[in-house]
Amino acid sequence: MDDRAQRAAHRVEGRPAAPGIALGPLVRLAAVRHDARQHRPPEEERQALADALAASQEALGLLARGAGDADAEAILSFQVAMLEDDNLAAPAFALIGGGEVAHRAWRAAIDPEIASYDEASDPYFRARASDLRDLRDRVLRHLAGEAEQIVPSGVIVAADDMPPSMFLATDWRGGGLVLRRGSPSSHVAILARSRGVPMVVGVDVDLLRDGADAVLDGDAGLLIVEPDSDIRATYGRRRAEQSELRRTAAAFTGPARTASGESVRVMINVTGLAELGDIDPAEVDGIGLMRTEFLFQGREKLPTEEEQYQIYRRMVEWAAGRPVTIRTLDAGGDKPIAGLTQPGDINPFLGVRGVRLSLRHLEVFRAQLRALARAAVAGNLKVMIPMVTVPDELERCRALLEEVLEELRREGQPAQMPSLGMMVEVPAAALTIEDFKADFFSIGSNDLIQYVAAASRDEPQLADLARPSRAVFGLIRHVVDHAERVGRETSLCGDLAGDPAQVAALLDQGLRCFSVAPGALGPVRAAIARYGSASA
Amino acid sequence: MNKHQASVLMRHEVGLHARPSVKLTKLAKAFESRIDLGLSPDGPWIDAKSIVKVMATRAPKDSTIYFRAEGSDAQAALEALVTLVDGDFQDGR
Repeated sequence: MDDRAQRAAHRVEGRPAAPGIALGPLVRLAAVRHDARQHRPPEEERQALADALAASQEALGLLARGAGDADAEAILSFQVAMLEDDNLAAPAFALIGGGEVAHRAWRAAIDPEIASYDEASDPYFRARASDLRDLRDRVLRHLAGEAEQIVPSGVIVAADDMPPSMFLATDWRGGGLVLRRGSPSSHVAILARSRGVPMVVGVDVDLLRDGADAVLDGDAGLLIVEPDSDIRATYGRRRAEQSELRRTAAAFTGPARTASGESVRVMINVTGLAELGDIDPAEVDGIGLMRTEFLFQGREKLPTEEEQYQIYRRMVEWAAGRPVTIRTLDAGGDKPIAGLTQPGDINPFLGVRGVRLSLRHLEVFRAQLRALARAAVAGNLKVMIPMVTVPDELERCRALLEEVLEELRREGQPAQMPSLGMMVEVPAAALTIEDFKADFFSIGSNDLIQYVAAASRDEPQLADLARPSRAVFGLIRHVVDHAERVGRETSLCGDLAGDPAQVAALLDQGLRCFSVAPGALGPVRAAIARYGSASA
Repeated sequence: MNKHQASVLMRHEVGLHARPSVKLTKLAKAFESRIDLGLSPDGPWIDAKSIVKVMATRAPKDSTIYFRAEGSDAQAALEALVTLVDGDFQDGR
C-alpha cells in the first residue's frame, strides 16, 4: 500500500466486477432474512403481517417522496393510503386469528379487492387493480423475508449479496455496487456490466460506515472511503472522460465488419422487456440470449403460460423479424428459484440445473414450451436449451415441444415449431458436438470455462484458472468447425463475447456471431472493425 | 350531539378514483368527527376516512356525494369536504 493509505482516505481493495466510476454516499443494506414460512403461533403470524405492512408503508413513503414526478407520486400515495387504512388488512388479521398463516391470510384479504377492481366497468378503476397487485406483492415479499430496502439513486450500495430481482428494481443512475459475496461472473455482475453500473466484489462490507462519502473504482476493484478533495477531483475527471468514451463507443453502430470487410453478426443478451426500451432493433442483429430465469425469480408463484407468452411475443414483435433466441429456464447453479431448485444441493454447479431441472419438472417446462410455441407465430423465435450434456436430453426436449404443439393445435391455439438449439457449455457436449441434432449452437463461455478448468468462477483464489484458456478456445473452434460443416450457426453468448480484448481470439476460431450485453455493443463492434487491420 | 349533513355534486372527470379519494380521506381524517359518505341522501353510508371503502363506491363523474358528520367539529368537516369536492379536488384551501 502506498502513502495515500496514511491519509484520512481509507482504501478498501476488492475485485473488479463491472467497470466504471461512481461517487456518492455509501448505503449499507441489511442482510436478507430467510424463509419466514414455517408454521408459527397466531401471535407471531399477526406480528409478521403487522411488520410487513409497516415496512411496506415505510418503503412506499420513501419512494413517493423521491418519485420526482407527479404521476408516480400520485400512484404511490394511493398505495400508501390503502396501506394506512386498517380496513384493508382487517380480514387478514381475522383469518390469522383463526389459525391461518400470514401470507395466505394477506392474499385472502386483498385478492377479492383486486378482483373487484378487475371487474369494474370504468377503466380508471380497473387500472387500480395493478396498483393493488403491486401492493400485495410488496407485502408478500416482506413476509417472505426478502427485506426490501429502497435505494435512492446516486449512492454506492454496500451489501453482503444482492438478488438479481432487487438489482433490476433499483435505479442505478450515478450509483455503484459493492458486495461481499458474488463474483465478476455472478448474475448481478453480468447485469451490472450490461447496465453500466460500476461494481466491486469481495469487500468486507461490515467495516463500511453507512452514509460515508466514497468513490467506487469498478475498473481497479477499489473503494475509497472519505476521499480527500484531490481524490474526488481526479475521479470526477476520470468519470467524465469515461462517459465521453462510452458515448463515442456507443456511436459505433451499424453492421459490424472486420477490417477486411467480412461481416460479423452482433446480437444482444437481455433479461426482459425493460432493457429493450432504449435499444433500436435496427441497430442489432437480434437477441442472441434472453435469460428467462429472471421471470421466475423473486416471486411467490411461477409465471403462468399466458404471462410468459405475452413477454416472449412482445420481444419477438420488438425484434421485427430478427431472431430472438429464448433460453428455457436455466435455474440451479447460482440461480436458485423458490419451490423449484433444491436448496442445499451439495454441488449446485454440478447438480440438477438447466435442462436437467426442466426435465424433472415437466409441468413447469411444458408451460414454458407452450408459451414459446405460441409466441413463435409472431416472428423469428428460437428456443435454446441450457446445460445439454448428452443427445438424449435435446431429443426429449424436441419430443416435448412436438407434443405441446399437437396439444395447442387440438385446442385451436395458433402455434408454430420454433427452431431448437442448444447451449454448449458442458465439455462433454462440446467434445461430441457431432452427435447432437441441434438446429443451432450457442456457446455459453462462462460455464464452459469453469467446467473445463474445474475452477469455480466464484472462487476468488482461482481467478487465474477460471479464465479463457487454449483448452477453451480449442473447444470453441471444434464447435464452430462442426457447425460450419453441417450448415448450422454458432454464436457465443457468454461474457467472453462482450470483452473487446477477446474479440480477436474468438474471430480467430472462426466465430462470426457474438451475443453481448447491450452496453458492450459499441466496444465489441469497434474491436471487430479493428480485426485483421494489422495482419491483413 | 353535533350532527350535520351536506351534499355536493362531483364534477371530477374520472369520478372518485385514486387521487381524489386520497385527498378526500386525508382531509376527512384531519377531523375528529365521525364522517360518513353516501351516494344517496339515505345511504348506504360508508366511513369517509377509509380509502378502501371510498374507492369501493366507484362513484362516477356527476355523482352527488352526501356527507353526514357527527362530533365536535362536524360542521367544519362538512364545509371543508364540500369545498374540496366542489373545487374539483384542487390543492390548497
